[in-house]
Amino acid sequence: MPVKVRIPTPLRSLTNGSEEVTVEGNSIKEVIDNLESNHKGFKERLCDENGQIRRFINFYLNDEDIRFKDNQETPVNDGDQISIVPAIAGGRIAAS
Amino acid sequence: MSFVKGLKCRECGKDYPKEALHVCSFCFGPLEVDYKYEEIKKVISREKIESRGKTMWRYKELLPLDGEPTVGAQVGYTPLVKADNLAKKLGVEELYVKNDSVNFPTFSFKDRVVSAALSKAKELGFKTVACATTGNLGNSVAAQAVQGNLESYIFMPANLEQGKVIGTSIYGTNVIGIDGNYDGVNRMCSEIADKYGWAFANINIRPYYAEGSKTYGYEIIEQLGWKAPKHVVVPMAGGSLVIKIGKAVKEMTELGLIDKSNTSLYGAQASGSSPISTAVKKGSDVIAPVIPDTIAHSIAIGNPADGYYSVKAINESGGYAEDVSDDELVEGIKLLASTEGIFTETAGGVTVAVTKKLIDQGRLPRDESIVICITGNGLKTLEAVMDKVEKPCVIDANIESFNAFMEKREVCTA
Repeated sequence: MPVKVRIPTPLRSLTNGSEEVTVEGNSIKEVIDNLESNHKGFKERLCDENGQIRRFINFYLNDEDIRFKDNQETPVNDGDQISIVPAIAGGRIAAS
Repeated sequence: MSFVKGLKCRECGKDYPKEALHVCSFCFGPLEVDYKYEEIKKVISREKIESRGKTMWRYKELLPLDGEPTVGAQVGYTPLVKADNLAKKLGVEELYVKNDSVNFPTFSFKDRVVSAALSKAKELGFKTVACATTGNLGNSVAAQAVQGNLESYIFMPANLEQGKVIGTSIYGTNVIGIDGNYDGVNRMCSEIADKYGWAFANINIRPYYAEGSKTYGYEIIEQLGWKAPKHVVVPMAGGSLVIKIGKAVKEMTELGLIDKSNTSLYGAQASGSSPISTAVKKGSDVIAPVIPDTIAHSIAIGNPADGYYSVKAINESGGYAEDVSDDELVEGIKLLASTEGIFTETAGGVTVAVTKKLIDQGRLPRDESIVICITGNGLKTLEAVMDKVEKPCVIDANIESFNAFMEKREVCTA
């Protein structure tokens, strides 16, 4: 099912500058795989060599950090909003 | 001459030039200053360091400038106090207090990082500097910006202690109070840094800024007679200082300035803002962000930038982390003041109280050297203790009144 993914500035070179893309998938993992199919190079930037999401990249599903849900196995539903946020100095509080 | 190669991503190792960058554009890991240690090893020695002025810049080969410091050249070399009275009270043999509550010019350890950050900002050509702050950093950026003829903007949560607010405004800086906590302020500032092209001490020039913290560790080592301490208790907000003290010990060891040692690092937090100590105690390396609720405003960071690496540094050193309540931290402030004559702020109260807790738990041994890191001054956080100390006794100005006071000690009119 289609979900919207917000893309941070450093990754927009992979989306031709788009701030947001729509991707299919039933879980965060599927969304990442489909991002890679649609925009080659995404997976390498988001995941380490073991396929885990890189430590300094935060995924938020409807404003909640997926580390507090089921990480990549977290299910996503039609119309959900995913944000990819670099965990820069400070960062944001989930579910504000 | 410069011993800085450039910046390097701590996560993926990608190299970057010496610019105002702090995040790897590939994997988003933090960037760190990369030095030419082989070159440094050839020129540095204990004698050379000892021959220099008593400031943090006596370790200049290990700091991130290309030239000499242009801001804060007098910062650092604060006392390491052998705290025998406190040691007796806590039941330990060898205890020291590294006292940055008397650092120059704004009475906190932040003077070190700001000296490094603003000197580097000037080297990089910035005219305006800024920071997101829980108080002490703002005091120091405002003061040292004046010294360096830089314009400054300080962003702070609006609920800070008066000492921190006025101790910033007095320098004629632009203070922007924000209705929110530090984490919110910090996130907004990262967007401002991008848009306005300013040097934000703790954001886009963070790699250089953070290096200033190492001097706190170098000084402890030199002041102990070129020996690393066995145990160090460090207050944690973003978690940077504990990492950099560990790095200071490692660098001095690898450069042959001290013998190999095994220093254990202990982190101290307030229970109302303890994402790092919680992770250490749970045996996890995942930092669960919190919304801070503590009077220890200077260390009230709920989403710590260096959380992951501070947990790693503590665990690898064989140390631990603890947290204490607001009541316990006030007792910590009073304990240090009444045993050593040192008045520290809330963060220092946290560090003293956590030290006591770790000793009581048996995690800090009673027969090995312990250093407590005191990083800020109590005169800035009077609100924390003003209702917790005795009010002065007021008497009439004659000897009879005083005699009566000495006899009864209860003739106060106040």
